Amino acid sequence: MTAMCDVAFLLLTFFILTAKPKVEDPSKAEVPPSSKMMPVADANMVTLSVGHGKVFYSVTEDDVREAALKEMGKKYGVPFNPEEVQRFKLTQVFGVPMKDMKTYLNLDKDGLKTFQQTGIPVDTTNNNELSNWILLSRQANKALHNKDLDFSIKGDKAEEYPTIDLVIGQLEKQKKFKFNLITTLRIAPKK
Amino acid sequence: MAELDTSGGGSHKGGKVRSKKQSTRVDLTAMVDLAFLLITFFMYTTTLQKPKAMDLVMPDNSVKEKQLPIAASRSMTILLGSHNKVEWYMGEAGKSAPTVTGFGKDGLRKDIIENEKKVAETHTGDEQKMEVVIKPSDKSTYETLVAVLDEMSITNVKIYAIVKISQVEVNDLKTNKIY
Repeated sequence: MTAMCDVAFLLLTFFILTAKPKVEDPSKAEVPPSSKMMPVADANMVTLSVGHGKVFYSVTEDDVREAALKEMGKKYGVPFNPEEVQRFKLTQVFGVPMKDMKTYLNLDKDGLKTFQQTGIPVDTTNNNELSNWILLSRQANKALHNKDLDFSIKGDKAEEYPTIDLVIGQLEKQKKFKFNLITTLRIAPKK
Repeated sequence: MAELDTSGGGSHKGGKVRSKKQSTRVDLTAMVDLAFLLITFFMYTTTLQKPKAMDLVMPDNSVKEKQLPIAASRSMTILLGSHNKVEWYMGEAGKSAPTVTGFGKDGLRKDIIENEKKVAETHTGDEQKMEVVIKPSDKSTYETLVAVLDEMSITNVKIYAIVKISQVEVNDLKTNKIY
C-alpha cells in the first residue's frame, strides 16, 4: 500500500507539473497533415492562424506582446490603460482590429465567450494592421531579447489560397522568407 | 506508513490503568483512489505530441538580379486546382498537354518520380536535378498546397518554388473542370 501510494503521488506530481493550460485558438483552424516531423519551437515564435478568411495573431513572449500593443496603440491613436495592457498580456491568441481592441479588452468572461473576433485586417498594401503587428513585434523582440522572431503559419485545411498568399506576402514584404507551416502528422503514411 | 509506534515505552508496573491507545493507522484507500483518479485525468489531458511543422522558404523577390532563368526542359510545373486535384506539365505552358492527377502513391508522386528520372537521363552534370514550379490557383485550398510541398520532401525534390499562376493556366484548369 505504501509503495503504491508513493508511486501514485509521484506520478500525480509529475503530470500536474508538466500540464500546460490549453490555449484556446479562436481561429478554429484545422491543420492539414504532412509527413514532416520537425517540432515547432515554443519560444520566440509568432503564429499566424488563418481560418475562415480571418487572421489571428499570437506571440509566445508576453513582454513582446505587451510592448507591441503599446506601440500599436500609439500608431493607431488608441491609448490603453495599465489594466487593459495587463489583460492583453494574458491573451495568447487574438484577432481583433485596433478599433475594437479596447472593447475587447474590457469584456468580462461572459462577454468574451460571445464576442466574435473578426480577425486582424490585412490587405496587399505596405501599411495594414497585420504588417504593423508583425513589424512592431519584431522591433520589440529585438529591443527586449536582441533576437529576430520566427514565424509560423497555422492554416485551416479548407482555406483558399488567396488568404494564405496574403499572409505570406506580408512576411515577404518584411524580408521574412523562411517560416514554418504547422501541420499534423499524417496518421498512416502512404507509401 | 503514517503510523506511529503506539506500543508505549516500557511496562507500567502496577500503576494506573490506562485506557488502551487507539491505533493511529489511517485508512489510505480513499486518498489513493483520488490520487489514481487524478493521475488518470492528467494522463488523458496531457498532449505529449507537440505540433509538427514544415519549413517553407520563399524566394527573395526584392532582388531582381538574383533571379535565375530555369531551363524549360527540366522544369515541371504543377498547377493546383480545386477539389484536391492538380495538373502538371513539363516545360513551357501550352507546349505539352497537362495531366490531371490527384494525390497518393499512384497520383502526383509517381509522376514526379518518373519526371525526375527522365530529367536525370536526358541531362548531365549539374542539370540533372529537376526543378518544380508550384502554381496555386485561387480556388485551391491550403491543404492541397501543403500536400504538394509534402510530396516535394517525399520525392526529394530540392529545387521548388511557389509562383503566381498565369491567366492561361487558370483557363486550362477551367477546361479541366478543376477550378
